[in-house]
Amino acid sequence: MSHQNKEDKGAMLLPLLKEHGVDFLPFVPDAGHASLIELAFDDPHIQPVVLTTEEEGVALACGHWLGGKKSVLLMQSSGVGNTVNMLSLISNCNFPFVALVTMRGNFGEFNSWQVPMGRATPDVLTAMGIQVYVVERDDELPKAVDSALYSAFSSDQGVAVLLSQNLIGRKEW
Amino acid sequence: MLKRRDVTAKLNDMRGESRIISGLGSSTYDLHSTGDTDHNFYLWGAMGGAAMVGLGVAMAQPDSNVIVLTGDGEMLMGIGSLATIGVQKPANLSVIVLDNGHFGETGMQASHTNSCVDLAKIAAASGFKRAETIETEQELERFLQLFQDASGPSFAAIKVEQEAPPRSLPILDGVELKNRFRRTFNLFPK
Repeated sequence: MSHQNKEDKGAMLLPLLKEHGVDFLPFVPDAGHASLIELAFDDPHIQPVVLTTEEEGVALACGHWLGGKKSVLLMQSSGVGNTVNMLSLISNCNFPFVALVTMRGNFGEFNSWQVPMGRATPDVLTAMGIQVYVVERDDELPKAVDSALYSAFSSDQGVAVLLSQNLIGRKEW
Repeated sequence: MLKRRDVTAKLNDMRGESRIISGLGSSTYDLHSTGDTDHNFYLWGAMGGAAMVGLGVAMAQPDSNVIVLTGDGEMLMGIGSLATIGVQKPANLSVIVLDNGHFGETGMQASHTNSCVDLAKIAAASGFKRAETIETEQELERFLQLFQDASGPSFAAIKVEQEAPPRSLPILDGVELKNRFRRTFNLFPK
């Protein structure tokens, strides 16, 4: 996957997030989210928030909603493991919640240390009551993100969109 | 030494329209013991999340004062939150830790602050505008006069006695806690 495609992904997603009125983008960075984060820092209408760990982003998104604002959490699959207990907030309080998760540890992974959490990611999210949309192809991404935002913020659901390594490309070593 | 319920009652007297997010365990019981209000959001779980829930409300409602009231154990579990708050610098957020140096809910095991860890120094080094350790009545009075002047983020580790006052339990229904809190901002029903 070329660098160009990664830039296209950010340019495709940012207008969609803004269309849904997303105010904040808490993130623990991943190369697959880099273009979106970079574009958001240059946009006055959407504010990225750098985190030290992904669970902070879950609690932050709940706080934003308590104050009437919308967040989308950006993280990679390894970070899903860090969020597990904090996701109890989503199911206990029916907070609307959307996470965009770039996958590691599947197609073409070089670093085998990424594989266990990558394998567990959909099951962990499902076990905590978060719906999982898996996206394998570029052309499926806007519809999946649009649907996740609509479901979450129209009726207080928790949705994670998993961006396959098939889509974001493998990390070159 | 200061007592946690006295500190919480004084804080409650000074809060005005402030929203308070309480961390799980004793801090939630302490806050509830001062009198229930829709302006409180009590955490019953999600340990380590109180400061970030507070940051979220503070960012979303920059004209409202937001207070996080939690314990040393809960704060330590979300210690990275202090760095995240330091970067965002919300002027309307105060993080207040009732620091008894112990995990009170689980058998009073000594926590890190009972040894060498200084939460106020961590907050100061993370970029909080004001960060102090409070041990006396006078220091507490001074902090309570100043902390809501919108020049935060401010942080206080208030050293309190190791004790377990009778529990004062808020409702457990998270959906109701969420909706009633949002109603204070006219956000519910949508």
